[in-house]
Amino acid sequence: MSAEPGTPSAPGSSTVPDPSAVSDPSAGEAISRDEVAHLARLARLAVTDEELDVFAGQLDVILGSVARVGEVAAEDIPPTSHAVPLQNVFRQDVRRPGLSQEQALSGAPAAEEGRFRVPRILGEEA
Amino acid sequence: MSSDLTRLDAATLAEKIHSREVSAVEAAQAHLDRIAAVEGDVHAFLHVAGESALESAALVDASIAAGTAPASPLAGVPLALKDVFATIDMPTTCGSRILEGWRPPYDATLTSRLRAAGITILGKTNMDEFAMGSSTEYSAYGPTHNPWALDRIAGGSGGGSAAALAAFEAPLAIGTDTGGSIRQPAAVTGTVGVKPTYGGVSRYGLVACASSLDQGGPCARTVLDAALLHEVIAGHDPLDSTSIDAPVPAVVEAARLGATGDLSGLRVGVVRELGGEGYQPGVRASFDAALRRLEKLGAEVVEVSCPHFEYGLAAYYLILPSEVSSNLARFDAMRYGLRVEKGASAEEVMAATREAGFGPEVKRRIILGTYALSSGYYDAYYGQAQKVRTLISRDFAAAFAQVDVLVSPTAPTTAFPIGEKIDDPLAMYLNDLATIPTNLAGVAGMSVPSGLAEEDGLPVGLQIMAPALGEAVMYRVGAAFEAARNADESGPLIARIPELEVAAR
Repeated sequence: MSAEPGTPSAPGSSTVPDPSAVSDPSAGEAISRDEVAHLARLARLAVTDEELDVFAGQLDVILGSVARVGEVAAEDIPPTSHAVPLQNVFRQDVRRPGLSQEQALSGAPAAEEGRFRVPRILGEEA
Repeated sequence: MSSDLTRLDAATLAEKIHSREVSAVEAAQAHLDRIAAVEGDVHAFLHVAGESALESAALVDASIAAGTAPASPLAGVPLALKDVFATIDMPTTCGSRILEGWRPPYDATLTSRLRAAGITILGKTNMDEFAMGSSTEYSAYGPTHNPWALDRIAGGSGGGSAAALAAFEAPLAIGTDTGGSIRQPAAVTGTVGVKPTYGGVSRYGLVACASSLDQGGPCARTVLDAALLHEVIAGHDPLDSTSIDAPVPAVVEAARLGATGDLSGLRVGVVRELGGEGYQPGVRASFDAALRRLEKLGAEVVEVSCPHFEYGLAAYYLILPSEVSSNLARFDAMRYGLRVEKGASAEEVMAATREAGFGPEVKRRIILGTYALSSGYYDAYYGQAQKVRTLISRDFAAAFAQVDVLVSPTAPTTAFPIGEKIDDPLAMYLNDLATIPTNLAGVAGMSVPSGLAEEDGLPVGLQIMAPALGEAVMYRVGAAFEAARNADESGPLIARIPELEVAAR
């Protein structure tokens, strides 16, 4: 990973958005074009300028609508992450067959010597 | 002969196969012929597996000829499988370019159960990319056309499975329902679709959209056929940690009981918040007629209020994209699927691949989810949505304390023209208004054909909802309603579908 500030560790993870790109949801515009660009970078989507133009407007409308959840008084309500109550599910600690190396690599875009062949992971200066 | 076989329901076809009046190979071939004849217009399938279907059917025939009891009540009956379940011998694309041609190294549990039951898998059906959409227009491989009117959508995300049933390409299909993707396509194609209780059908090998909401389920042209398929695919699976370890509800028995047509003593609740304004007049009229029919069957129909349902759509479009943004991070161009060799680093290759491999709706939802999970917004959006989810579950619990099942129209409108809502995501989301609360609470829901809308002659669905693992009463009501509707209208709704032009072979 490069040392650029604000670079996330993984897409989909909770990461603080670049403060300069953050807009105030109460100030009319829920999300700015710059913020959409920032989120797309976090999510590893190399979106085009045309897509940014379209998505910014659409996401602004969608966010304006979903913000309605804020109207519900729910301070003392416990959150539900899952429809059925979940507990850890364990199984007997016995060996069972998994995928063979050949099977695991069968869909790989590139493989070499029984391993996934991937592009360079570290930056030049790292 | 061939065309007759495609018109039969699965239960009847199975009887003919098991009594050796018809062979499973003949049944498979008849449906493959029908697919060849109408697919050019309908586009329900992304992959047709003719050879393996015939091989599987031949095994069933050999087994029956040898005097062995059929592996299941549906052995030898053909089925269309949504292209989101892993199949070792067929591509699994989820309607996405990023998985074009991908062959999984294993079968989903649901796939294995279909095979073990001797069901003939005809192929994989079209869907909105990674099950995100309500029209199948977000498939990377082109939309599915509604067999009732080819310029209309077949619903989504499981438009392919529903259209395959309505076009008589298969008597059985499998769908998945995250916010309505089984029930809404069933409604707009005049077919039956069931979303089982969350955890009722294994998700192992089901490519995830939103893990806390996704649920596979049966699709068919009759309630009994859906029940027969339900019992094949449902049940505990140690490979899915959210799978419910409890007996499968006796839905076949319930469907048979329901078909005898007596619902006296049963209380049916009409959800006040799922109807009225925003629902097409013909949908409302069909729903009102359905309520009168349920009363005629002896049910007591009462109105109930679920005050938080009106926030369901908003909560759903925060929770779902959040889970999507996390789940779809697995498409990293390294282990399987597409890789676009653009850029020097893994990170650049990943971003270029996802840009090329994902369509617009998937990108929108990933960005939306990334936003909702960002610190600073997390509490106001994702956290608050989870609390609303609790309130919706409590609304259901309070309602089911008063009534046995809840009903509503399945979708606010009939099938709309292809292209009408493609550039207006919010308008598209509104299609799932009535189906989303069920997923948020994990309870069961189904759609059965209720009639045709006066203004456009297109099918309308009646949604029936039941408590978690309360499928039996839901199937009973569905079957009773279906039998009464068929008796009053002198035949099933699907019999009124216009004939498709059959292509010369």
